[in-house]
Amino acid sequence: MHSTTSDPTALPATAAHGLKIVVVGGFGVGKTTLVRSVSEIRPLSTEETMTQAGAGVDSLRGVPHKNTTTVAFDFGRITVDETFVLYLFGAPGQERFWFLWDRLFTGALGAVVLVDARRLEDSWYSIDRLEAQGTPFVVAHNNFGSPHTLDQIRAALDLDDAVPLVECDARDRESVKQVLVTLVRHVMATTTREVLR
Amino acid sequence: MRRAIDREGPDRLYVITSGRSRGGDEALDSVTLIVTESEPVSGMQSEHVRILQMCRRPMAVVEIAARLELPVTVVRILLTDLLDAGHITARHPAVADLATASVSPAVLEKVLVALHNL
Repeated sequence: MHSTTSDPTALPATAAHGLKIVVVGGFGVGKTTLVRSVSEIRPLSTEETMTQAGAGVDSLRGVPHKNTTTVAFDFGRITVDETFVLYLFGAPGQERFWFLWDRLFTGALGAVVLVDARRLEDSWYSIDRLEAQGTPFVVAHNNFGSPHTLDQIRAALDLDDAVPLVECDARDRESVKQVLVTLVRHVMATTTREVLR
Repeated sequence: MRRAIDREGPDRLYVITSGRSRGGDEALDSVTLIVTESEPVSGMQSEHVRILQMCRRPMAVVEIAARLELPVTVVRILLTDLLDAGHITARHPAVADLATASVSPAVLEKVLVALHNL
C-alpha cells in the first residue's frame, strides 16, 4: 500500500522528522515569493483560528463573548534527506498575528525577518519578539532597488551586531539559498555559544 | 485573495468536528508527519477517508490542512479521532524540547547540505 503512490511530490516513506524555519515580514514584502523560490512544492496556504481563550482584548473588557481571529499563512517544503524534511513558513509579523507562533511555529530552528527598506517599521515588532523569545534569526533586505545601505538599515532597525543582516532578491533561488544558509550557520554559532557558556 | 474557506459559515466546520472546537491532541505539531496504517472503511466520515488516502506516504499536519482547506485546529481534531482509532500513526518533530527548539548540530549540518544541493 505504501508504494502505490504516484504523486511525485510525496515525501519518502521513511520521512520521520519535520523541521521549521519561519519567514516573517509585513504584507507585500515578498515572503511567499521567497518560499516559492526554494520550495519543492508549489507553496500551499492554510489557516489557523484563534478563539476567545487567547484573545487578551476580550478578557480586558470582561465581555464573555466569543471572538475568532483567522489568519492565513503560506508554506513550502524542502526534503533534507530520507528522514528529515524542512518546512518554510511565511507569516505576517504584526502583533495581532503572533499567536501563530504559539500554535504553529513552536520549535522553529530559526527565523528570517524579511524587510523592505521603505517600511522598516513593519519589522520592529517581529525583531523585538524574536529577541525576547530567544529564537535565532537573520534579517534579509529584499532589495527592490532601494538606495539604502545595510549599515543604514541596521541603524534604523537598531539591530544587534550579532544578528546577521544580508541583501536578498526573494525571486532568486541562489539568493534565497544564501539567506537560509546564513540563518543555519547563525543557528549553529548560537547553539555552540550556549553549549560553551 | 479570499478563498472558498473564508466564505463558508462556521456551520460546515461545526458539522465536520461534530460540534467540537477543542479536543485536538496538542502533541500534534504543525510539522508532525502523519502516516496511514489502515485503509478507509465504509461509513467513515469523508474527511477521515481523505486523510487516510493522503497519508499513504508521510504528510505534515499543516499540509493536510492546506489540502483539505480546513483550519489547522479542525484538522488536529480529525487526526486525533484517527489516532485514537489506530488508523494513523504520528511521527513527531525531531526537536527534543519544543520550548528551547534545540536542534542538534548534526541535523543542522544535514540542512546545510540540503540547501547547498538545492
